[in-house]
Amino acid sequence: MAVMNIREAILRTLHDEMERDGDILVLGEDVVGGNGTAGGPEAIGGIWGTTGGLWEKFGPNRVIDTPISESAIIGAAAGAALAGKRPVAELMFADFVGVSLDQLWNQMAKFRYMFGGKTRCPAVVRMVYGAGMQTAAQHSQSVYALLTAMPGLKVVLPTTPADAKGLLTEALRGDDPVMFFEHKALYGVKGEVPDGDYRIPFGQARMVREGGDVTVVACGRMVNFAEKAADKLVADGIGVDLIDLRTTSPLDEDAILDSVEQTGRLVVVDESPPRCSLAADIAALVATRAFTSLKAPPEMITGPHAPIPFSRVLERAWLPSPQTIEGAIRRTLAFR
Amino acid sequence: MLQLGHDQLLGAYRRMSTIRAFEERLHDEIKTGEIGGFTHLYAGQEAVAVGICDQLTVDDKIVSTHRGHGHCIAKGCDVKGMMLEIYGKADGLCKGRAGSMHIADLEVGMLGANGIVGGGAPQAVGAALAAKMDGKGRVGIAFSGDGACNQGTTFEAMNLAVVTKAPAIFVFENNHYSEHTGVDYAVGTAKDIASRAEAFGMKVWRANGCDFFDTFEQFRDLLAYVRAGNGPAAIELDTERFYGHFEGDPQRYRGSGELDRIREERDCLKAFRKVVTDAALLTDAEMDAIDDEVRILIDEAVAQARAGADPDPATVADDVYAEYY
Repeated sequence: MAVMNIREAILRTLHDEMERDGDILVLGEDVVGGNGTAGGPEAIGGIWGTTGGLWEKFGPNRVIDTPISESAIIGAAAGAALAGKRPVAELMFADFVGVSLDQLWNQMAKFRYMFGGKTRCPAVVRMVYGAGMQTAAQHSQSVYALLTAMPGLKVVLPTTPADAKGLLTEALRGDDPVMFFEHKALYGVKGEVPDGDYRIPFGQARMVREGGDVTVVACGRMVNFAEKAADKLVADGIGVDLIDLRTTSPLDEDAILDSVEQTGRLVVVDESPPRCSLAADIAALVATRAFTSLKAPPEMITGPHAPIPFSRVLERAWLPSPQTIEGAIRRTLAFR
Repeated sequence: MLQLGHDQLLGAYRRMSTIRAFEERLHDEIKTGEIGGFTHLYAGQEAVAVGICDQLTVDDKIVSTHRGHGHCIAKGCDVKGMMLEIYGKADGLCKGRAGSMHIADLEVGMLGANGIVGGGAPQAVGAALAAKMDGKGRVGIAFSGDGACNQGTTFEAMNLAVVTKAPAIFVFENNHYSEHTGVDYAVGTAKDIASRAEAFGMKVWRANGCDFFDTFEQFRDLLAYVRAGNGPAAIELDTERFYGHFEGDPQRYRGSGELDRIREERDCLKAFRKVVTDAALLTDAEMDAIDDEVRILIDEAVAQARAGADPDPATVADDVYAEYY
């Protein structure tokens, strides 16, 4: 075990996997940084610090700075994967899915199915998401629900450094396209990371804590918010089952349903607007599959049906918070 | 004029004849109502697919377009498997999931036809970057039309290929129509699509896409340039689409006598036959024999496709992932 933050866990995993597998290549905007400048390559080393040093170690054929051309980045990853490689494409902000969506939605996601199961498309798309740093409406969104809705894609959201390593390793060893969401406010989160080969199978949620009174389902940064809420409720004798989904596609339905069957109460926390959201999806899952277990209506804690604003005050108002989650837990427990 | 041997010439003729017969037969069979969905025929453009793909190995990768049957056949996809696929049958090349628009056969380096105009260009660059990693002189090729030359993906792909010196090749088949709109209206550089690639910083070639030999020779030079590690290149081919955008297209946009004229003056098969017989390289009898064999092959393919089993409805959600749960 070594203690490191999520940023370091991702960089080390990329490094170790690239060392192990010569078919892995990394491409994206400024993943090297400084190419064509007085400062030279590696002057930046990736704006998130997750790709620094890879160019120097693995060379320009495997670590490729691209122009600002998100369709070409994702499309090139798709083509390289079809040609037998394991590309890791980086979208500097997950919001840029908007300018590359066809290559994800109509291309990468569908190859295997359209081609009769006769191909693999082992591409990993790392994308940086999330609000809380005043990056406003076009650099803050959590677009995982959009990609979760696409058959053919897997969607992964690590919350801890250990999960970042285990899930990224799994992504790089599998044969399907994986959308790997990295929350920009979580990069500095520290934790212990297992040494050596460490893989976490997709579709297995992490039970963060077991309290038995109410089931709280969350992913990404909302897991940490929910933990804060759960901590506060301990004093009142309220125990929370907190489930970190880890992956939204595949979804660990059993973990959710098993817990709700015990607690009868569900709170879903989702850093996105409410309509057609992950929260709505999980509420529907529970309503249709565990209806008779429910003692209260499911609570969905999401942002409003509005873009994410810039102002610190407004952004806080937009985001779910430990306080709103705590309120929802108390409401569902008070329901008779 | 030509360095091609007898067998190579006969092989090229066989592939062009196969594409033509495949497409003409589909044109007739679609009228029976047995083939659903959208079918876009490649007839008229055979010299392009064959003139290019005959110079590739199975390790060179191509990405195709919605008008992809010709590229598939030229690259080596199984003709009967393709016909089964177009009929939506279980034994089709893609188990009936692809239909006409998404046929792929990775084993022969055919990375897929594509229903999205311009969708394939970035993927060809990805295949080229993969080839560059391997360092064995292989290439990635994007077939595009005069329609796709207006898509942002094509521009992004061309620039990415230039700045990464990827061994990518952009093939622009200018058949003068993007769907139902003329190239003079839709393309700002209608008289010179290759100039767009040139503007992105790559070397370009131009050829008569209705002339197998011109296409072959220009592409031969281009391919040697790209295989040698000089970065990407592009070629524009002036060609003709003998049918509509899709089958069922009433083609009211065609000029009077236009279809008769292009069939008379711009038929690549007729032109090929004239060149090789004038030069006494092949005989009419040899090519007639190939046409007969092709006809039998297509007859068998259609019969097999019509009789083929439908996919099992229980497989509807198979193969979405290599592994899910």
